[in-house]
Amino acid sequence: MFIDLKNVSFTYNLSMPFETEVLKSINLSINKGDFIGIIGHTGCGKTTLLQIFNGLLEPTEGKITIDGIDINKEKDKLKEIRKNIGLTFQYPENQLFEETIFKEISFGPKNLGIKDDELEERVKKAMEMVEMDYTTYKDRSPFTLSGGEMRRVAIASILSIDPEVIILDEPTASLDPLNKKSLLKLISKLHLHYNKTIVLVSHNMEVIAELAQRIIVMDKGKIVLDNKPKKIFQNYVEELESIGLSLPQITYIMHKLKKIGKPVDSGILTLEEAKNEILRVTKRI
Amino acid sequence: MKFFKNLTIGQYIHKDSIIHQLDPRIKILTTFLIIIVVFLIDKWIGFLIISAYLFIVIILSKVNPKYVLMGIKPLLFIIIFTLLIHFFTTQGEIIYTIWFFTVTKEGVYRGLFIATRLFLLIMSTSWLTLTTSPIALTDGIERLLSIFKIIRIPIPAHEIAMMMTIALRFIPTLMEETEKIMKAQIARGADFESKNIVKRIKNMIPIIIPLFINAFHRADELAIAMEARCYRGGNGRTHYRELSIKTNDRIFFIITFMFIITVFVLKFI
Repeated sequence: MFIDLKNVSFTYNLSMPFETEVLKSINLSINKGDFIGIIGHTGCGKTTLLQIFNGLLEPTEGKITIDGIDINKEKDKLKEIRKNIGLTFQYPENQLFEETIFKEISFGPKNLGIKDDELEERVKKAMEMVEMDYTTYKDRSPFTLSGGEMRRVAIASILSIDPEVIILDEPTASLDPLNKKSLLKLISKLHLHYNKTIVLVSHNMEVIAELAQRIIVMDKGKIVLDNKPKKIFQNYVEELESIGLSLPQITYIMHKLKKIGKPVDSGILTLEEAKNEILRVTKRI
Repeated sequence: MKFFKNLTIGQYIHKDSIIHQLDPRIKILTTFLIIIVVFLIDKWIGFLIISAYLFIVIILSKVNPKYVLMGIKPLLFIIIFTLLIHFFTTQGEIIYTIWFFTVTKEGVYRGLFIATRLFLLIMSTSWLTLTTSPIALTDGIERLLSIFKIIRIPIPAHEIAMMMTIALRFIPTLMEETEKIMKAQIARGADFESKNIVKRIKNMIPIIIPLFINAFHRADELAIAMEARCYRGGNGRTHYRELSIKTNDRIFFIITFMFIITVFVLKFI
């Protein structure tokens, strides 16, 4: 178990008139190599949960262990933890500030005391991971880039720290379909090719369904469902709809087909899978 | 990590009370008068009367007195600093000596006097912002400033009020954003808790630059959005909610005035 949360609660503005409880006794563990999708409505506590994962927020109650370190007790190790758990916020391009992309991406490793050749190596590798050419981009200003490119630089600036776990909060928000697709491909590559543990937060079912190996559904500060995507989309349609979330469109079609008596698998998540499943069923008939 | 907790200055707390319903112009005017009076007071009895007045106002406003008092926090340093300066620098009867610093009787008296004055100044402005919504406040200021138009002094009352509305509107947004950027940079290994002051200032750059860039973007977008909705400045602009002076406002003003007169009468006795 890499990240382990026990009965974690969090309240903003404790004992103030605007007091709001955003997380209610969360129990959760994340293993190395997982690809987890967290889904839920705006205001369900997703972002707060992410900030708890790397010690940016301290829970009002409960215990968090990361890589065997209890972060409430050993505060001096927070920097070590943040090195291992990279967090990109929503619209990460809003945090860019350097003159060149090289400087921007080297900010993280520099803070960890990495210098010269190794620094360059790190930046190169991070840019390779987000599929940006080192020589063409390194001396450009991050503010001359397009939205999609800026986001890649921002993600690279986290990757250059070389974290074990990468947490992404709505990485595809307000990107055009093409950029969205390539960014998702990139995230999937981070998991498959570079063996990173990924926690992906989104309220877009399609995105989560396609990539995640395990889905955590949140509602009003609680974890409602925690299971494999197939299981969730097969068995918990009403639960999902009652909290205002919908299935991927293709899954709906499969559910409908099953309803009219076709022997299809209703836990289909992607178009490709659906095609094969329909072909399989029609051939058998 | 919460960076701006307990900051109550300029915050509005909505409650249904007589004080909340008063006309903002009356509230601004009385606050203004009280501030002048607090500056003119030279006897403790005067402070006592003003304290009693503020106490009554705060009780009537139904706002938890704790929040009103919390407004002091950001200025506590200045108050204590003033207090100590007066303690040690005033000439007079020596009552205590530490090293080569001497505390005098007059110093203690003057220090406490000035500290009380500062305290009352903060109190008398914080009840105003706590009980008046930013919109009502700027509306009131606009109407008060338009008096200058009548006496032919050209003051862009509407523009000033609009600037204030926008500024007030964006304080929480900017604070939220600062916090978010700070967190994002901490996640990238930035250190904002360094003991070294030069280092600490240098570490502010990754916060300030993105903050400014975003603020400029936002200002641009806001300007376009306003133009798109045909905003053209103050000429001929009407109000959805017209301000009007009611009986309660008159009573409140008269009561305040009586308190002020009492202070002045006691001043000359």
